[in-house]
Amino acid sequence: MDKKYGVYICEGCGIGEALDIEKLGEVPKEEGFPVKTCPILCGKEGLALLQKEVADEGVNTLVIAACSRRVLYDVFRFDGCIVDRVNLREQVVWTHPRSTYPAPTEEQKDDETFIDHVQMMAEDYLKMGMARVEKVELPEPYKLETLNKKILVIGGGVSGISAAIDAAKTGYEVTLVEKEASLGGNAKKWRQQLPGTFPYEDLIPPAIESKINELENTANITVKTETVVARIAGEPGDFTVTLKKPGEKTEFDVPYPLPEEMKVDDKGKELDAEALHAKFMEYNKGKKDILSFDPNGEKFGAVILAAGWRPYQPKEGEFAHLGFGELPDVVTNHQFEEIAARGKITRPSDGKDARSVVFIQSPGQGDDKDFSYTGAVTSLVTLKQAKYVREDYADAKAFVFYQHMRTVGLTENFYKSIQQDPGIFLTKGEVSSVSKNGDGLIVEADNTLLGEKVQVKADMVVLATGMVPVTADDPVVNLAYRQGPGFRDNALFDEYADSNFICFPYETQRTGIYAAGAIRRSMTVEEAVEDAAGAALKAIQCLESVSRGVSVHPRSGDMTFPDFFFQRCTQCKRCTEECPFGAIDDDEKGTPKPNPARCRRCGTCMGCCPERIINFADYSIDSIGSMVKAVGVPSEDDYDEPPLRVLGLVCENDAYPALDIAAFNRLAYSADVRLIPVRCLGSVNVIWIKDALAQGMDGVFLLGCKHGDDYQCHFVKGSELADIRMKKIGDALSSLALEEERVAQFQVAIDEYDKLPQIIDDFVASIEEMGPNPFKGF
Amino acid sequence: MTGEKAAPASGSILVVGGGISGLTTAIEAAEVGYEVFLVEKNPYLGGRVAQLNQYFPKLCPPTCGLEINFRRIKDNPRIKILTLSEVESVTGGPGNYDVAVKVNPRFVNEKCTCCGECAEACQAEIASEYDFGMQNIKGAYLPFEMAFPARYVIAPEIIGTADATRAKEACKYDAVDLEMEAKTLNLNVGAIVWSTGWQPYDAAKIDNLGFGQYPNIITNMMMERLASPNGPTRGKILRPSDNKEPQSVAFVQCAGSRDENYLPYCSYICCMASLKQATYVRERYPDAKIYIFYIDLRAAGYRYERFYQTIKADENIFLIKGKVAEVSEDASTHHVTVVAENAVTGEKVHQEVELVVLATGMQPTAATDKLPADLQYTADGFIINDFEKGGMFAAGCANKPADVVSSNQNATGMALKAIQTLVNR
Repeated sequence: MDKKYGVYICEGCGIGEALDIEKLGEVPKEEGFPVKTCPILCGKEGLALLQKEVADEGVNTLVIAACSRRVLYDVFRFDGCIVDRVNLREQVVWTHPRSTYPAPTEEQKDDETFIDHVQMMAEDYLKMGMARVEKVELPEPYKLETLNKKILVIGGGVSGISAAIDAAKTGYEVTLVEKEASLGGNAKKWRQQLPGTFPYEDLIPPAIESKINELENTANITVKTETVVARIAGEPGDFTVTLKKPGEKTEFDVPYPLPEEMKVDDKGKELDAEALHAKFMEYNKGKKDILSFDPNGEKFGAVILAAGWRPYQPKEGEFAHLGFGELPDVVTNHQFEEIAARGKITRPSDGKDARSVVFIQSPGQGDDKDFSYTGAVTSLVTLKQAKYVREDYADAKAFVFYQHMRTVGLTENFYKSIQQDPGIFLTKGEVSSVSKNGDGLIVEADNTLLGEKVQVKADMVVLATGMVPVTADDPVVNLAYRQGPGFRDNALFDEYADSNFICFPYETQRTGIYAAGAIRRSMTVEEAVEDAAGAALKAIQCLESVSRGVSVHPRSGDMTFPDFFFQRCTQCKRCTEECPFGAIDDDEKGTPKPNPARCRRCGTCMGCCPERIINFADYSIDSIGSMVKAVGVPSEDDYDEPPLRVLGLVCENDAYPALDIAAFNRLAYSADVRLIPVRCLGSVNVIWIKDALAQGMDGVFLLGCKHGDDYQCHFVKGSELADIRMKKIGDALSSLALEEERVAQFQVAIDEYDKLPQIIDDFVASIEEMGPNPFKGF
Repeated sequence: MTGEKAAPASGSILVVGGGISGLTTAIEAAEVGYEVFLVEKNPYLGGRVAQLNQYFPKLCPPTCGLEINFRRIKDNPRIKILTLSEVESVTGGPGNYDVAVKVNPRFVNEKCTCCGECAEACQAEIASEYDFGMQNIKGAYLPFEMAFPARYVIAPEIIGTADATRAKEACKYDAVDLEMEAKTLNLNVGAIVWSTGWQPYDAAKIDNLGFGQYPNIITNMMMERLASPNGPTRGKILRPSDNKEPQSVAFVQCAGSRDENYLPYCSYICCMASLKQATYVRERYPDAKIYIFYIDLRAAGYRYERFYQTIKADENIFLIKGKVAEVSEDASTHHVTVVAENAVTGEKVHQEVELVVLATGMQPTAATDKLPADLQYTADGFIINDFEKGGMFAAGCANKPADVVSSNQNATGMALKAIQTLVNR
C-alpha cells in the first residue's frame, strides 16, 4: 500500500490544557509527517477535517492522537485506511495530573534541565504511533482454496440428531455418523422421558422416536450408522475426514503424539526433528502421518461433537457398603431403566415383582456428595424411576434417600408433582448400608428428616450413578493435529468436552469443533436439544467466518493471520507446541505447517518464535519493536538525574480496558512508564524485552489476564506461556549482569483497575531500588 | 454451499433486551452475517450481570466477558444498538414483522466525551436504581464506568429543573440536548428474540422475612452491589444500619422461591450465588461466621459441585438444612435473629447475626409487564417457545430461570432459530 500519512492531534478533554500542543506538533514535523491540530477532533469540524483529508488529500494512514481506541471507534473509522489511536487522553493526561507533574513556567520553558514528564510522555506516544504505522499494512483475508460448508455431526443420539436437523433447517448439508447400528443413543433405552416443557409435571414417552422420524424427513442429511471417525485432518472449511467401521483398523486411524519419555535419547537429550519424526512414525506404525490426506476422505467445513455419554461403571468393590456387586438386586439407575423399559419392574435375582424400591442419591460415607458424573438430571431421573415403581404396582412404594434434591429452575414443578404421590417417600439422609434380609434387602440410613436411624425393607435398591462423557474413554473427534487427537484440557473439566468460559460456553481450544449434549456436561433431553441448536449455530458461524477469511471469537472479524518466513525457520517447533489451538502442524523436518482457519490470531506463535519469523500484517515483531525503539530514553548526557524508563506490555483484553477505567477514575501512576498494547501476553516476544533493555530502559513489566485452572486468559494459554517465558528470560538477564527482577509479569482482572496504580508504582519503585540500567546511554 | 437456502444476506433480526442473553443472541447472529437490531430499555447494555461483582464458580468479573462482547459489537457494523428503547407494538408473522420501537431521549448526544463535567455541575441527587437505591447519583450520570455505550445520561426527572441547565452549561462539547424528544422507529424484521430477562422478586412481599422492616436484611442482588468495587461502599461489605463490618452473616435460601405464596418454582442460581457471596464475605473478613439456611443445596453439575466442596471445607461456614420461618431484630444493636428448624436434627435454631442476606429469586420481567406481541406465557410469566410456529423466540431468563452459562447456550440456540425463520420464509 502506498502510504500517505497524516497526524491529527486533538486538544479536547483536557489534552490541550495539559500539553504544549504546538511543541507536540513539532514531533511529527521532524519525522516528515504532516500534522494538523483540532480543538475537538470528534466534533463536527474535526470530523469534516478528517473526512476531507481522506477523501480529497488521499491520506490513508492516520495517526489520531486523542482518546483511547476503545471509545469513538465508529467515529474514527475510515475504511481502507490504517488508523492508529495514540491514547493521549486516558494514558497521558488523565493519569498524570499537572498537580503532580507540573508544566514548565515561562522561564522554565527554555531551561534545558527542566523535565516535563507529561510532555515527554505525550511525545513518546506520538513517536510510537508514527513508528507503528510505518510498519503495518492493511490485511488481506485468508481465503481457502477450496471451501466446504458441509457439517459433520458425530453422534446419533438426541443431541446429534437435533443438531443435524437444526443445521439442515438452516440450509446446510449435514452428515451424521453414529457408531451403533441404529440411531437413538441412550434415549432409546428408556421407558419414559422427563417432561421438557411447562408445566413439567408428567412423564412423557421418549421423544427419540419422533426425533428420528423428523431427521429422516429432513432434507440434506446423510446418515451413516456403524460409522466412527478414524481421523479429521485439515482445518475448518477444509476438513478431510476418514470414516470407518467401529473396531476397523485403517492406515488413516489417527496418530498419537509421542509420550514425553520417548522424545529424548538415553542420555535425556531431546532428539532432533528428523529423529523425532522417525520415532513418531514408528510409534504410530501402520498409520499415515497427519499431513498425508486421505484421498478418499470426505470433505467437511465444521464438526459438531455430540457423541454423548455412557453409564458410570463402578469399580470392583466400589459401593460394597451398599451391596453393589454382591447383591444382584442392587443396581445402577441405568440398569434399572433397562429393566423398566422391558416391562414391569422385577427383581434380577428371582424375577419377582419389585414393590418396594429404595433409591439412593449419595454414596454417603460421611459426605453429602452425590455419585460422580451426576448433576441436576440425576435427581430428576430418580424421581422419574420412583414413578415407574408406582405405575407398575398399585401398592408399590418408592423411597428416595437424597442429600440434595437438585431439581433446579422450572423442573421444581416435577419434584412437586412427585411429592404429591402418596406412595413415594422422599427424605434427606445418609445411607450407611444395604444388606441381605432373607430374600430381600434392608437399607439403613441416618441423619434423615425423620429424626432417628431408619430401616427400610426393599425388594430392590437403585444407585443414582452418573453419566460419563465418552471423551473420558476416547478422544472421539480424532483430530490429525500434531498436538494430538483430542481436546487438550479436558482434564480440567473431568474429561467433559467443555469450555472454561462462562460467557462463551462453546469456545474450546479447537476451532471449528463444537460440542453439544451430555459430552459437554450432564443434562436432560430438553437441555441437550437446546444445546444442539447452539452448537449448530457456532458451526455455521465458523463456516461463514472462514468463507469471509476472518477469525472467529474472540478476535471476531480479524482479517490478519500469521505469516511465516520459512527461509529462516530453525525447526525448533515451539510454535507447533505452544499454539493453544493446535493451529500449527509440522512436517518430517519439523518445519511448521500453519492452518490459518484453525487460528484465533492471538499471536502466541509470534511470541514464542526465537527466530522471529512469524508476523501479522498489522501486528509484527517489527511494528512493536519499532514502538519500543521509538521511546526516548534520557541518560546522564541529557540530565543529571535522568528519569527511569519502564516498558509495560499490556494485554488488550482485560488489562488495557482496566487501565482505561483507572484513567476514567483519574487514578494516577508513574510517568516513567511507557505502555504498548498487545493482543495477548502469549504474543510477547522476548526480543522486545531485549530491545527495551538494550536501549537503556530500566525495566519491563507484562500486564495481563489471570492464568491457572480458573483462567480468564481469552486465548487459554497466552498469559501462562508468557509467565513461563519470563521466568526463562532470567538466565539471559543474569548473563548481562542485569537483575532478573527487572522483568516481571502481573495478573490482573478487568475489574481490578483500582489496584493498577499500586502495581505499576511498586514495580517502578523496585526498579529505582535496583538503580538505572547500566547500559543506558551506550 | 447449498444453493439459495443457505444464510441469505437479507432479512433482519430484532433482539429485545440487551442483557447477557440478548447480547449473545445479537452478536452470534450478526457474526453469521445477519443484520441485528438490539433494543434495550436501560441506557446501557449488560442488564443484570452488569450489576454483579463476580460470576460463580470461577469468581471472575462479568465485565470481562462483556468487554469482549462490546468489542465484537464495535467491530461489527451489522449490529445496531438502540438503548433507552422499548418495543411498543408488533404486528405480522414469522418472516415479516412490523415493529414500532420507542426511543426515549437520553438528552445527551454523540458528542459526549465522558468528561463528567455535567455530573459535577448538578447539585441535586437521585437514587441509583443500578445500586437498588443504596446510593445516590446526580441527575446527569454515567450508569457505571464500563457502561456501553460510553455516554452520559440525563435523568428525565431533572429536565426542566435548574440542574438540567447547569449540566448543559457545563458541557464544552455541546453534547447536552435538553430538547431531545422521544421518537418512534418502525422496523421490519423477519424474526424476533425476546431476551427481556428478569427482575429480583420483591422481597418486601415476603411477610415473614423482615425486608424493608429491619435495615440489616438485604437481598442477594444488594449484596452484589455492596461487594462490587464500583458499588455504594466501594467493595466493602458494610451493613446498612451503621456501616459496620459484619462479623456474622446469615444467608436465607429460597427466600420467596419454591413457595406457593410467592414464586412456586426454583430460581436456579440462588444456591450458587449464596455460596459465591460467602466467598466475598470470607475474602474481606477471614474470621466471620457464615450461616447458610437451605432446603436443598442445588449444585446443578460437576463444576458447581466442586465449588460447593471448597466452600464446605471452610470451618466457619455452617450449612443448615432448614427453611427460615421468621426473623426478629434487636432494636439496640440492629442484629437480626433468624429462626429455623434444623430438618435433620429436629432442633429449632435461633441464630443471631449482624447481617442477613435473603437469597431472593428471579421473576421474569414479563410477569409484571406483558410484552406487546402475540406470545404465550406460563402462569409465572416465562415465555413459552413455539418452535413449530417460529418467528418469535424467548432467550435466557425470559424463557426460564437459569445461570449465565445456560442462558448463553440458550441464547446462541435462539440466534439459530431466528436465522431459520429468515432462511425458510
